[in-house]
Amino acid sequence: MTCRRRFGEIMDATPILRVDNLVKRYGGLTAVDGASFEVRRGSITGLIGPNGAGKTTTFDIIAGAQPPTEGRITFEGNDITGLPTHELFHLGIVRSFQIPKEYGRLTVIENLMLVPPDQPGESVWATWFTPGRVRAREREVLELADEALDFLGLSHLREELAGNLSGGQKKLLELGRGMMTESKLVLLDEPGAGVNPTLMNKIIEMIRRLNAERGYTFCIVEHDMDLIARLCDPVIVLVEGKVLTEGPFSEVGNDPRVIDAYFGGAVSAAGPA
Amino acid sequence: MEQYYGYFLYLLSLLTMGGIYAVLTLGLNVQWGFTGLFNAGIAGFFAVGAYVQAILTTPIYARHLGGYEWPIPLAMLAAMALSAVVGYGVAKICIRLRADYLAIATIGIAEIIRLVFKNEGWATNGPRGISQIPKAFEDLPQPWNTLAFVAMVLAIVMVIYLALERARTAPWGRVMTAIRENEAAAAAAGKNVERFRLESFVIGSALMGLGGALMAQYLKQIDPQVSDPLTATFLVFVMLIAGGSANNKGAILGAMLMWTVWSATEILTSRLPDEFAIRSAYVRIFLIGLILQFILQRRPQGILPERRPKPHPRLRGDRAPAANTGSTKQ
Repeated sequence: MTCRRRFGEIMDATPILRVDNLVKRYGGLTAVDGASFEVRRGSITGLIGPNGAGKTTTFDIIAGAQPPTEGRITFEGNDITGLPTHELFHLGIVRSFQIPKEYGRLTVIENLMLVPPDQPGESVWATWFTPGRVRAREREVLELADEALDFLGLSHLREELAGNLSGGQKKLLELGRGMMTESKLVLLDEPGAGVNPTLMNKIIEMIRRLNAERGYTFCIVEHDMDLIARLCDPVIVLVEGKVLTEGPFSEVGNDPRVIDAYFGGAVSAAGPA
Repeated sequence: MEQYYGYFLYLLSLLTMGGIYAVLTLGLNVQWGFTGLFNAGIAGFFAVGAYVQAILTTPIYARHLGGYEWPIPLAMLAAMALSAVVGYGVAKICIRLRADYLAIATIGIAEIIRLVFKNEGWATNGPRGISQIPKAFEDLPQPWNTLAFVAMVLAIVMVIYLALERARTAPWGRVMTAIRENEAAAAAAGKNVERFRLESFVIGSALMGLGGALMAQYLKQIDPQVSDPLTATFLVFVMLIAGGSANNKGAILGAMLMWTVWSATEILTSRLPDEFAIRSAYVRIFLIGLILQFILQRRPQGILPERRPKPHPRLRGDRAPAANTGSTKQ
């Protein structure tokens, strides 16, 4: 694949995403407690922390799956706090899920063809009255989907129902969905969970390539320290709903406070998965 | 000869009723089969269609609204439109509910609709209902009138089938299936889940209204009993599940087949001694329940299971897959 830097200076220093003083309370439980951080454009930013640190909640809030109790989220300088998921998608924010959410009764290729925006065939009237336009766009979408399948190495499964894929293949498919649109920021929730080492390498390679070739910015929640170490810079450490520290993995990983949060004190049982 | 003519007319009645039920089942297929919306208030939308048809076409009569004497096809369109509007209103309120809660809400709404038709006597003649509803082609001599009506019903079924099949295999159907399979992921793929669910509900409701309009003509009289949930909601669900949910052919097959079973059992039980004939009405319901159980346990996908559209041809030649493929299943 050719080198396509669609978004200009990909290692731009301005943040693509800013999270300001994010708070989320569920009744008496405070899941996120004033977290603030930035994701640099073109970076692969890691979000780590022991279980219950509020990582997935933070993700859900950024992705519009639930509203924050307090705080503000800015994407490319615009306030996006509380926008619904489907609108965020059209701004260029795509997410994956901790447990893959494929469309089980759609085929693999349909799982990808679903994603691109501006499909006239999504209007029921257009399917009846302007089938020509529907077919023309469908061809483009199909080509894009085949390109993504080739990239992911899933072409041999294109007519398989997605529900029949293995866990790892579903993870790849989730990654593929991000390729079907002009994504700017891809939020990956544990892309390496439950994946064998071979596939893990492949996923890491895919993320690197999408970052380098297409200029996608990634924000990754992950427990697998190997993946974080190989992929992410910077790494943000979230503990008890707050940002504890931030920096390159080599620094963060040796920070005594981080080690303590993972292995010591009240969260000793939580260690990296 | 006389006897065969009787059989022939019976066959026509099976086709007509089966066809009308097919319209309802196709409507439910859009909601439940494609999109996963558990509408347990089919009877309500059906009744709206039936009453609109009745009120708009009957001659003037002191005991209910009427005297508009609209042409039959126009009244049928109006029946669809009003059912769609009611469907829109209902959907606006409850479309965000999860499957089981949507079912509870729609049962309630269908019941409200039935009670309105029963109690607003000035418009609907209350429990006595509306009679002398004009039926398409009824001026033709027998059996041509019956034949023409059957042909019209089957033609309508065919048109709906073709339209829905086109929509199902298009991106529209893909989005609906994605929403049924995983709502959160569909939203994450930029689809306005609420809008699509609403659209599906409205289209389904319009078809149910059309079913009601056809039924009103066929029976020539209606009363609030037409929205009896047993025959207007429950039976339609059984038809769809038996035929094959999310499969349009299955919906039609299920409607024809289950109506034949429903009707044939009535003939059989009516031959029993009086004492048993009355009780046997309940045996029919039991039989339908039994068939449903059997299908759900033995063949949950129905007689004709859901099928995705034909494989999409590769537009470009097969290229070598990217290095290090994840082809091995873990």
